[in-house]
Amino acid sequence: MDILNFAHGDFLMLAMFTSFMMFNNFGLDPLFSLPMVVVLLFFIGLLIFRFVIKPVLGYPGLIALLATFGLSILIRNLVLFFLGPNYRVINQSILAGKTLSFGGLYFSLPQTASAIGCVLVTYAIYLFLSKSKFGRALRATALDKDTALLMGINTNRVFALTFGLGTACVGVAGGFLVNFYAVFPEVGLNFVILSFVIVALGGFGNITGAFLAGILVGLVENLGGFLIGPEFKYTLVFVMYLVVITIRPKGLFGW
Amino acid sequence: MITLGCLLATFAVAPLIISDVHFQHLMIMLLLYATLSQAWNLIGGYAGQVSFGHAVFFGIGAYAAMAPLNQWGLTPWIGMTIGGLIAIIVAVIIGIPVFRLKGHYFAISTFAVAEVVRELFSSWNWVDGPIGLDAPVLDPGWANFMFYKTKLPYHYTALIIFFLVTYVTFRMERSRMGYYFRAIKQRPEAAQAMGVNISFYKQYAFMISAFFTAICGSFYGLYVLHIEPATVLSLDISIKIVLITALGGAGFLWGPLLGAMIMIPLQEYSRIWLGGTGMGIDLIVLGALIVLICIFEPRGIVGLFKRFTYKKRNE
Repeated sequence: MDILNFAHGDFLMLAMFTSFMMFNNFGLDPLFSLPMVVVLLFFIGLLIFRFVIKPVLGYPGLIALLATFGLSILIRNLVLFFLGPNYRVINQSILAGKTLSFGGLYFSLPQTASAIGCVLVTYAIYLFLSKSKFGRALRATALDKDTALLMGINTNRVFALTFGLGTACVGVAGGFLVNFYAVFPEVGLNFVILSFVIVALGGFGNITGAFLAGILVGLVENLGGFLIGPEFKYTLVFVMYLVVITIRPKGLFGW
Repeated sequence: MITLGCLLATFAVAPLIISDVHFQHLMIMLLLYATLSQAWNLIGGYAGQVSFGHAVFFGIGAYAAMAPLNQWGLTPWIGMTIGGLIAIIVAVIIGIPVFRLKGHYFAISTFAVAEVVRELFSSWNWVDGPIGLDAPVLDPGWANFMFYKTKLPYHYTALIIFFLVTYVTFRMERSRMGYYFRAIKQRPEAAQAMGVNISFYKQYAFMISAFFTAICGSFYGLYVLHIEPATVLSLDISIKIVLITALGGAGFLWGPLLGAMIMIPLQEYSRIWLGGTGMGIDLIVLGALIVLICIFEPRGIVGLFKRFTYKKRNE
């Protein structure tokens, strides 16, 4: 769709808050509320697309950027207004705070489970986009919108569903993240920029690329932070991005 | 040109009539951001290269004026000039690799550069790292560019810088280069095929833009008297510049000023009236307004005026 969505991090925050509220008010474990969060985020995505993104499609990309940025400010401060700025943590769910020992190595259980969950979801999306009829329609629309329209693809519906799918993925991430990360209105900011860099590093519109770039960024961030100094960990990620992008101007796996 | 003259007169007279200090501060910030956005407009609006890294030049300008002033007591005018020149050099260094990229790859790269520079300044001891620099207390006057009792000199300096950059944009818009920029924005391949040296002209726009942004940075540092990486090199500055331009109308001469005239008072006054609750009502209003403007007038506020004049011409 060619839109940088600045509100992406705020969708993550919404997902985390939903998951947290389910746990706090109804005692529902984040793991079980995950499907609900995903469905909810999918519909939020559809709504946002209908009322905010669709009117600005077809205008220069800068306007879409501005719209999502305004949306991001709006969502963040609405949550701040209604729920307050406090940090909230879940610490007695099925996953939270437990560790897994494996041959002398210790893994934290929520992070391991999230990693596995996210790999599965990424793979599912990859399959969905490469095998299903909708996936083919989406790739056709991404390549050439007008031709896709001429071939009888309802491009607006494709855009809407894609946007919904994107927010649903954020729902998965939020549902897992809530197990080991504090929830607060500004939580999205930490992730949104990094996610842009990861996607650009892998190449826009490339799921394998985004997946591998994500792993690479995670490695550089943590190893670099460990070996050189924690204050430089994001610097290293950005420097790596700049070096890669000079050699391959469309990302590692872009064409 | 008539509009330009009227505006010049209005802005020149306004602080003389209204002596409320807060209003004067508002005017200075308005002019500062209008200038910054106009500088960004050259590269982002006309040439279509959306940069999220203008905080780099802003920060360079601020540090170039403040660091020599702080360390050696050097007059800030020299620092300001040096800052502008350094910004041009940095623009070339950044530009060579980055202008090969297109669209979002370009935007994210400029952002990455800005973050790296911010980290570097944060760990650079000579400029006191993350703590930042305070201006020393010197004799007031033009030589040191310090005034404690009045805001008028700041106001007029900001006004002069703003009209300088608007004039440059005005001339550029009507010259051959203006057509080159718009051609680069709309169809870079076609422009190149027609014989426009696109990397050279992008670079040129970036250099001018960087120079004026650095000047604004110096001015900001000397006006606020305290700078630190977290404010002058932050992503907030870069994004605010982009927002104001897009809100007003990117690629239009009056866009940045209109954007700043809406955005800055809205921000300041909503903060004064609604911000005290600590619940972010002011930002809710701001966010909602940005979204509404985008939905109903995607060309920016300039679009509203265009619509109005178009209607009048048809009647």
